[in-house]
Amino acid sequence: MDIDLETITREFANSRKDIKKRIIVCAGTGCVANGSLDVFETLTSISKQIGVDIHIELKEEIKDTLISKSGCQGFCQHGPLLNILPQGILYTKVKASDVKEILEKSVLQDEIIERLCYHDKDKVCKGQEDIPFYTKQNRIILKQCGVVDPEDIREYIANNGYKAAKKACIDMTEKEICDELIKSGLRGRGGAGFPTGKKWDFTRVQNSAKKYVICNGDEGDPGAFMDRSVMEGNPHSIIEGLIITSKAIGADEGYIYVRTEYSLAVSRMQKAVKDARDIGILGKNIFGSDHSFILHVMEGAGAFVCGEETALIASIEGKRGMPSPKPPIPSQSGLWGNPTAINNVETLANVPIIINYGADNFKKNGTQNSAGTKIFAITGNVLNTGLIEVPFGTTLKHVIFDIAGGVPDEDGNLSEDNFKAVQIGGPSGGCLTKEHLDIVLDFDSLKTVGAMVGSGGFVVMSKHNCMVNVAKFFMQFTQSESCGKCVLCREGTLQMLLMLTDITEGRATVNTLSLLEELARAVAIGSLCGLGKTASNPVLSTLRYFKEEYDAHVKDKKCPAGECVKLLNYQITDKCIGCGLCATKCPVRAISGKLKERYKIDVPKCIKCGVCKDSCKFDAIVRS
Amino acid sequence: MKSNYEKFKSVCSILEKYSFDKSKLIPILQATQEEYKYLPQEVLTFISSALNISPANVYGVATFYSHFSLIPKGKHIIRVCDGTACHVKKSESIIEALRKKLNLNNSQTTTKDMLFTLETVSCLGTCGLSPAVVLDGKVYGQMTPSKAIALIDQIKE
Repeated sequence: MDIDLETITREFANSRKDIKKRIIVCAGTGCVANGSLDVFETLTSISKQIGVDIHIELKEEIKDTLISKSGCQGFCQHGPLLNILPQGILYTKVKASDVKEILEKSVLQDEIIERLCYHDKDKVCKGQEDIPFYTKQNRIILKQCGVVDPEDIREYIANNGYKAAKKACIDMTEKEICDELIKSGLRGRGGAGFPTGKKWDFTRVQNSAKKYVICNGDEGDPGAFMDRSVMEGNPHSIIEGLIITSKAIGADEGYIYVRTEYSLAVSRMQKAVKDARDIGILGKNIFGSDHSFILHVMEGAGAFVCGEETALIASIEGKRGMPSPKPPIPSQSGLWGNPTAINNVETLANVPIIINYGADNFKKNGTQNSAGTKIFAITGNVLNTGLIEVPFGTTLKHVIFDIAGGVPDEDGNLSEDNFKAVQIGGPSGGCLTKEHLDIVLDFDSLKTVGAMVGSGGFVVMSKHNCMVNVAKFFMQFTQSESCGKCVLCREGTLQMLLMLTDITEGRATVNTLSLLEELARAVAIGSLCGLGKTASNPVLSTLRYFKEEYDAHVKDKKCPAGECVKLLNYQITDKCIGCGLCATKCPVRAISGKLKERYKIDVPKCIKCGVCKDSCKFDAIVRS
Repeated sequence: MKSNYEKFKSVCSILEKYSFDKSKLIPILQATQEEYKYLPQEVLTFISSALNISPANVYGVATFYSHFSLIPKGKHIIRVCDGTACHVKKSESIIEALRKKLNLNNSQTTTKDMLFTLETVSCLGTCGLSPAVVLDGKVYGQMTPSKAIALIDQIKE
């Protein structure tokens, strides 16, 4: 069907021409958890009482203030976020009780409520242009997330949406699209970093009547949530990327496989696909060309290994999601034996940008071998957690200290000394330390130091995090997610986990360490898919950079970071004045005593959670 | 007790909705679990006969994915996120505290009175709010052991 994008754009602009102000409430998962939907409800109900002429999600009638929800804006820790346009005000940690004041002061007038603004040290930041977290980024993929209403296809179209798909369907040949992608240097954002254009071209030349495209939205890496944000915040960009892929390789059917834990992303993607189908952007003869494409959304069922492409394909076919040996690669024989191009969410979101603005423009960002920008999810012990987008080639230091604001200690004081390590690339990645702070982030440079970009999860660890425990944590994860097909992965991860548990619980000997290292190398060699091949990375990289911490656990039976609970003890010293606060705070009632006398901890009952130490006002509780 | 007809009526309409297509086994199991709250053994056998695949095949898929449960779950489901970000912010102490509070040992996940099921998830993607706990679908961010226990107490009241 031929769709006139210009008319939709014009009609959309027309319907909004009387809107003077727009309030955008972030409705990403993080802000929703902090209560942004309450803020939204209150906004709509109160505004009627105090006479703001509002109107929600734009229906037929025209009013002069528009309230809408948006996808994730990335500044999750300070949510719920509320934007007021055109002034560009960004309010953080907004509560329903603040809404009335916001409407009266900032919507009816132009006054700024400083209390709700983000404060950078002593400076009041009015909006995104003042907040270092945003100004030090380069948001291209995320630009639309947090502005456009993800549930309104017309707004996506009005912001140049589906133009690239139309261009690809009508003006470009299959080969031209592949060539443009190869020229752009775009590499897969899911972890392996394979050149997207080459993958497409290889699928394109396969001689088959039926081909498929798949979007891999099974983002399972703990600590990574960029794909979730794009699916929630700008689902149409993914559909557009898929249409272009399907044209490039000659496929007429596709799947979007979304992780079941992401319920909001599932429903947003389903709505977006339905809207695109209703309007005629998906279906037969797209934009009046001879290209037809239908798209299904499939919800996963909770298996990390399904992020691996052959396992994901098995899962769509209704089987156990177990990887199969390559070759044949999916480009040759994928879904139901047909050539299949399978791409990650973020990769696909880059595609319309490349087609619209050209490969040369795209290459302006990034390094020679890693073109463009990358979204990283930065979490753990940093001041500002959230999603950031920077060009490849940015240094680690810039990301952690300038954008994320540095590493606070237990009392919230910032210092470079608090930084201990950063885990990059989830359970398949490695740890980097202080000596790597100046390393530039791109696919190749990280590999040289034993880490990888992976999906882009950054978990920052402070000096209070035990690296052995971190390695154990990842091993627990891979062990439980191993599908069981390869013996070395199935049994090896279990044995490594048992050894790491021995180390953290004080039962290990020096032999344990050498055995652990030997096994780690063997598992990497003897496994079929990426899960097993990279399962040892956290162990190997922590052994490499934090050997002394392992030694302390093994030889001195001590955990220097004070995290391994079996090696810890809490005691109440004679500083105790007997206020009884710790006893009331203790979740397992392990503390008892008489008021005004020194309290005691019942050691067998104690779960070593540390609540007592945190609550004591007299520093009378020590950890040893 | 429900008659057999009543019991299998819902799974029949689910199977019809997916036109008895084997390749739709996962969506079928998802819809079945939604309906029955877990996957009862007799329903799994029923599905395998209806799709003309072996019960072992259906069982294999049902046990492979963590989303599926072959045993009934409690009335309230508590899911503690133990993803990396939550883990470094001490989610373990929350799990421990909840286990003690609910009298669960390591292998149990559901309380005897069938009121609570305690699960861990590898990552909810709400790392900005770590550590996170999901109680009956609602996410609670920046949790502590005592806050988690307060949540349980609130429900019990």
